[in-house]
Amino acid sequence: MSEEIEETKTVETSAEEQNTKVICPEKVEEAKLKARYPHLGNKPMGSDILRKRLQKGPKYFDSGDYNMAKAKIKNKQLPTAAAEKTEVTGDHIPTPQDLPQRKPSLVTSKLAG
Amino acid sequence: MAGVGGGNDFQWCFSQVKGAIDEDVAEADIISTVEFNYSGDLLATGDKGGRVVIFQREQESKNRPLSRGEYNVYSTFQSHEPEFDYLKSLEIEEKINKIRWLPQQNAAHFLLSTNDKTIKLWKISERDKRAEGYNLKDEDGRLRDPFRITSLRVPVLMPMDLMVEASPRRIFANAHTYHINSISINSDHETYLSADDLRINLWHLEITDRSFNIVDIKPANMEELTEVITAAECHPHQCNVFVYSSSKGTIRLCDMRAAALCDRHSKFFEEPEDPSSRSFFSEIISSISDVKFSHSGRYMMTRDYLSVKVWDLNMENRPVETYQVHEYLRSKLCSLYENDCIFDKFECCWNGSDSAIMTGSYNNFFRMFDRNTRRDITLEASRENSKPRAMLKPRKVCTGGKRKKDEISVDSLDFNKKILHTAWHPKENVIAVAATNNLYIFQDKIN
Repeated sequence: MSEEIEETKTVETSAEEQNTKVICPEKVEEAKLKARYPHLGNKPMGSDILRKRLQKGPKYFDSGDYNMAKAKIKNKQLPTAAAEKTEVTGDHIPTPQDLPQRKPSLVTSKLAG
Repeated sequence: MAGVGGGNDFQWCFSQVKGAIDEDVAEADIISTVEFNYSGDLLATGDKGGRVVIFQREQESKNRPLSRGEYNVYSTFQSHEPEFDYLKSLEIEEKINKIRWLPQQNAAHFLLSTNDKTIKLWKISERDKRAEGYNLKDEDGRLRDPFRITSLRVPVLMPMDLMVEASPRRIFANAHTYHINSISINSDHETYLSADDLRINLWHLEITDRSFNIVDIKPANMEELTEVITAAECHPHQCNVFVYSSSKGTIRLCDMRAAALCDRHSKFFEEPEDPSSRSFFSEIISSISDVKFSHSGRYMMTRDYLSVKVWDLNMENRPVETYQVHEYLRSKLCSLYENDCIFDKFECCWNGSDSAIMTGSYNNFFRMFDRNTRRDITLEASRENSKPRAMLKPRKVCTGGKRKKDEISVDSLDFNKKILHTAWHPKENVIAVAATNNLYIFQDKIN
């Protein structure tokens, strides 16, 4: 008896999924994203993304951050660069390879050439 | 094939392209803003290298029938330079975020240009005469020995080759903690507003050492931050009214007569969302990247990631028109999120009579919508179609199934070729389209 009910439920669910796929390509894309990044929170425009947006621009070596981060470390391991989808919080101790290149010297725009 | 832009068979033709053909585009050469002045005679561009280039339309003359009102370089100058904020260890980019022209009041032209932190008022003036016959110095500038001067003469003004000079007349600095995304000159021609992610300030063009804060949405606790200001604009006729858009897809209209601090809106525009279709991406793609009043002042247009919406200022609960720019991208949102393209900020613009609107897309495509006929067209800014007065062929993206001969499939689109900035001449059917480091100018055939 219970098996029958479960079967029916399975059929209904897959019908719903099909409906979802037809109506909502967004939800399909969302499922893809969650599959690739399981740790991604449910609120995309939460403080994380907004804070990343507010702090646009390359962050250079900051001796204050560096010393604070060192002080926090209990064992002798130094934290390395964070994974791509999280922001630079200041705990990240930069190495010369992490720093962006210096800008080229200023020349006249090619639009005016 | 009928085109768009005023009803009858207007057809867009290639007119000019500016910029280098290099495969390797230097970051500094990427155009970041395009703006016609009030008469349309001048066209300004700003780039990531902090430079401004101004083009001027040539007068059509019988001697040079082929020029047909071409735009040529009028002036170029370095508006902003890279700076460093020592306290925060952050670099301040010199990229020009916006240029806005002031209405012309005398022989000189004035514009405001801004980067993330500082707004500058530039004066662009012509010099076509110079004084000759100085008493105290030679023609080459060397000082004359005063004891050798035995007579006095009045210097005479002689014609010289036209020289166009740009000089910074005002520097409006230190008023924005966050990155400036918009500037807008008020219809009173005396004040202007500047908006960053969390605040909007009102300035007087003559006063650089202070500004009024008129909107502040910064929460007491930054952890509670849920939305940011994405664009702001002054009403074209009512100098007490302005609007600002948010990352949540809402627009607030504020009246400066109501209070000194306009944190409480007078009108709140939001389209109700279907809760069943809500996804992780919903809020991101609803973020408004640009808001523009119509010339009439009756409507405003907003651009979000997939569509352009026209709102009647008298109706807050939904837009009166919605145009899909590239709906086929809805099934690509996952990869567009991964490559950050979902955060691209497209601008939009009206034509002079408010009968048509234009916005950019990917693969160097741009879209135009005729509000009267409801016809739309997709065109491409490409060097392959750059013979003088060559007519632009409409483009089509194939969304699935069989691809027809001239169509391009969604997966073949080049997402690095984005048209974020476009401008429409205030009076004529002439448009400027910025494709990365190249500026394309198109005109309609009849023009």
